[in-house]
Order: sequence, then structure tokens, then C-alpha cells
Amino acid sequence: MSQTWVTLIYLIASVLFILGLKGLAHPRTAVRGNFLGAAGMLLAVIVTLLDRHIISYEMIIIGLLVGAVIGIILANKVQMTEMPQLVALFNGFGGAASVLVAGAALIEIVLVDSSPLLQITIATAVSGTIGSVTFFGSLIAALKLQGLITEEPLRYPGEQVVKGLFLLASIITGILIIIEPSATHMYWIMVVVAAVLGILLTIPIGGADMPVVITLLNSYSGLAAAATGFVLFNNALIIAGSLVGASGLILTNIMCKAMNRSLANVLFGGLGEVSTTGESADSVYGGKVKSTTAEEVAMLLETARRVVIVPGYGMAVAQAQYAIRDLSNLLESAGIEVEYAVHPVAGRMPGHMNVLLAEVDIPYEKLREMDDINPTFEQTDLSIVVGANDVVNPVANTDPNSPIAGMPILNVDKSRTVVVIKRSLSPGFAGIPNPLFAMDNNLMLFGDAKKMVQEMVTAFKETM
Amino acid sequence: MDAIVLTITIFVLAIFVGFEVITKVPPILHTPLMSGSNAISGITIIGALLSAGSQHTMLTSILGLLAVIFATVNVVGGFLVTHKMLSMFQGKG
Repeated sequence: MSQTWVTLIYLIASVLFILGLKGLAHPRTAVRGNFLGAAGMLLAVIVTLLDRHIISYEMIIIGLLVGAVIGIILANKVQMTEMPQLVALFNGFGGAASVLVAGAALIEIVLVDSSPLLQITIATAVSGTIGSVTFFGSLIAALKLQGLITEEPLRYPGEQVVKGLFLLASIITGILIIIEPSATHMYWIMVVVAAVLGILLTIPIGGADMPVVITLLNSYSGLAAAATGFVLFNNALIIAGSLVGASGLILTNIMCKAMNRSLANVLFGGLGEVSTTGESADSVYGGKVKSTTAEEVAMLLETARRVVIVPGYGMAVAQAQYAIRDLSNLLESAGIEVEYAVHPVAGRMPGHMNVLLAEVDIPYEKLREMDDINPTFEQTDLSIVVGANDVVNPVANTDPNSPIAGMPILNVDKSRTVVVIKRSLSPGFAGIPNPLFAMDNNLMLFGDAKKMVQEMVTAFKETM
Repeated sequence: MDAIVLTITIFVLAIFVGFEVITKVPPILHTPLMSGSNAISGITIIGALLSAGSQHTMLTSILGLLAVIFATVNVVGGFLVTHKMLSMFQGKG
């Protein structure tokens, strides 16, 4: 097939990618959108297989089979709660592919031409560096999310200096490749340096900041693909890579805004952080926290007309979503309006809570965004907070010196009664006490989220 | 020089298209957006196929093979898992 046709078909594939992402604008069109994206990919793969440069299909067939089998197994086995780590892992694989392709391309290029075009060597260095940071950063993120290494932020003295040195080293090795591309071993040294950099950048990030890291790595995997496109002069890679790069950047920005933190603050934490002058847990909670039982909550539910459920990461950990669905169905059959308030950073990746609730058949119209549902809390009889803490902490609005000052929160404290299901009064990721727990209209239901909601279901059934 | 300018033009315009399209995706679909866009970034597969099949050297063939495996997991797994999530959102509204 002539190069013109191949290029034109790559263009069609790129258009399909754009249409595919466009389809994600609504749940109704999203499935078709995903099919369009997959069709674009299939088209790109088929036309590449017909390329006259390909003279042997052994490696290709083995690679496609092995990859497809692993991909199918992982996609089928994954639980919805494990989605963040799977997405991180796939992300990393995309980065690894970029590293390997750019490395192989460099070797092929210098075989023919010992002084290749400057743009090719620059793109190779960029692709190898970003790809390697993506792969190793994603791997660490996935291990943290899976709980195989601690989710706690790992900070150490001189952290910024160490990271700075490795950044410098990866830039220097990159420049060396650009100067002397035929010394291809330098490429692999650069990849190793970038690998360490990727690990160092991700290790210090704590669990609740994971959404930012995952979205950022998502963006990197796209940029690495785009850089590889510059190495191979392939528009399909450049277009698809830029789309993904842009997508990741937008999501990163949304996540940062939802925490009212700058990207630099999340990544390098500690830099310019506001000193905490907040009150101690004792003075906030002292004698003012009221605890309740599932039976009492069931009685409150009986008289309620509108109930809002606020899911947090604790719901995912306790696997409480099925019990919540049962409660929700029960309340609706009793004529009570039930909606869900989803904070943008609830969970470990953007949209995490929505996926968990969709899995248990909760219609998407009931999953309301923060700005959308906040004005309705005043007309809400009962808000049930399940495993969330910082995202409902009113201190964000009241104390300008708090570490979460200015972070947009769900104003559950405005509802008539709030029930918070939580194991203890321990602080959330921000490490500060939550005055909501001591408010007059707040009741604490201490215990495992799943068990407590199940008890509420049983108690509510008895009152019916 | 013309070729690189053209390529950069495509790159910049594609980023703008990306921003326009992605800003319209509602927060409830952000997880599938991530896994779906992830699958699309597996487009590196076409570079991997060329390396694996062109047999320049043994080393590049092996690098190509590994790249094909990684990229295929990314593409196949990514689209499948996205489909799995999106079908949960569909038809219940």
C-alpha cells in the first residue's frame, strides 16, 4: 500500500479517536464513542500490518497474542474498587511502549544515518524520558493503590534536592543523546535515570492526592506517545498523543481546583504550605460529639422526605455500595427522595465514586455534582456521609489558616440532620479535626460502613 | 524544515481539539474517560509493530516485541475496561 494511503487511513483513525472522545460527553453516547475509538485503533493496526517495511510477522503475532490475553484477563478480573490501580498500570504500559519504540527507532535510525535530524533525536530523548517516568511512576502509584506499598506519603530530609539532582541528570543524559545519537547506550542510561526520577516523584504522594498523580501520569503517557510520533514522523501518534495529553491536563487541573491546591503543592508538598493554627481535636470535639445507632437513624429516615448520601473513599474500602443501594431502594419505595452528592476528589481517581455507584445500578441522574447539589442541602432532611471526611469539613469555608482553606466542600452541615458513618473520630488525609462532627445537627454512627448501612436497612424495614 | 513545522502545527492543533472535546465530558464519566483515553494513547502500538516486524537487528526486533506486548495490553485492556464501565452507566436513566 502506498504511503499516501497509509497516511490517509491514519487520518481516518485520528478522526475516529476524536469522535470517540466526543461521545463521552453523555452516558447515552459514551458506549458508541468507545467503540469508535476502538475501531480507529483497529484500523490503524491493520493498515500498519500492511506496511511494506514489515517483512516478518512472527514477533508481531506473538506480541499481539500475549498482550491481548493479558489485557483481556486484567479487564475481566478487575473489581470496580480496583479501577484506579488498573488504570495506573495500563497508563504505565503505554509509557513503557513509548520508551521501547523510541529506543528501537533510535537504533534503526543511526544504523542508516550516523547524524540524524536534530528534531528526531530531541523527540527520542523526550519520549524516552517521559515514557520512563510514566512507567515507573505509574507502577509505584498502582502498588500504593493496591496497598502493596504504604499509601502514606514518604517524605525525607533533602527530598527536593534529591529529586532536583535526578531531574538535572535526566536532562544532561538527554542532551548527551542529542549531541551524540550514535552512542545508543546513553539512551538506556537516560531511561534508567528517568525511572528513578519517576519513582522519586510518586513515592512521596499520599493516598488522597492519588487522583492528581494518576491524571498527571495519564497526561504524560499521551505526551510520550506524541513525542514518539515526532520520532517516527507519524501523525496518528501525534494527534492521539496530544488528545490524551490534553485530557490528562484538564483532569489534573480539575482535581487541583477541587482541593484548592496548586499542582506544585501536590507534587512537592510542604513547599509554601500554610502553617496550621487550627484547634486541637480535644477542643473541637470535647463533650460535643453525639453518637447514634442504626435504629435511631432508621427512625429519622421514617420522617424524612429528602435524603442525600455522600460517598467517600471509606465506602469503597468497606464495599458498602451494595448495602447503600438496598437502603436507597427501600427509601424510594417509601416515597423518600434519595440523591448522591459526589465531590470531585472523592475516591482515588476522578469519577471513582460514580463508577462504584453505577455498578450497583444507581441511575446516573441521581449522582449529582458538588456545585449542583450544594444549594439543595438546606431542603434536605437527612444527609448520610459514608466514609468521607475532609470533603465535608466546614473549616474549609471558615478558617483561612486551615490546610484545606478555600477547598470547595459539600455543605452537608446545612441539612437538617447529618449522620456521619465512620469508624472513629480520627482525622482524614488533611490531618485536621472536623468541627462538623461536633455540630448540633450532627450524629456520629461509629462502625464499619457496610455493616452500619445494613443495620439501617434492617431497622427501617421493621418500622415499615 | 518544512516537515517539522507541519508536524508541530498538527501537534498544537490537536491539543486544542483535545481541550475542546474533553472539557465537555461530565465528571460522572471521568473514570471511563481516563481509561478510554489511556487506551487511545496505546497508539504507540503502530510504532511497536513496525519495530517488531522490520527486522533491522535482533535487538530492535526484541524491543519491538516487548513494545507490542505492552501497547497491546494497554489498548485491549483499556478499551475493554472502558466498555465494562460505560455499559454500567447506560440504559439506567
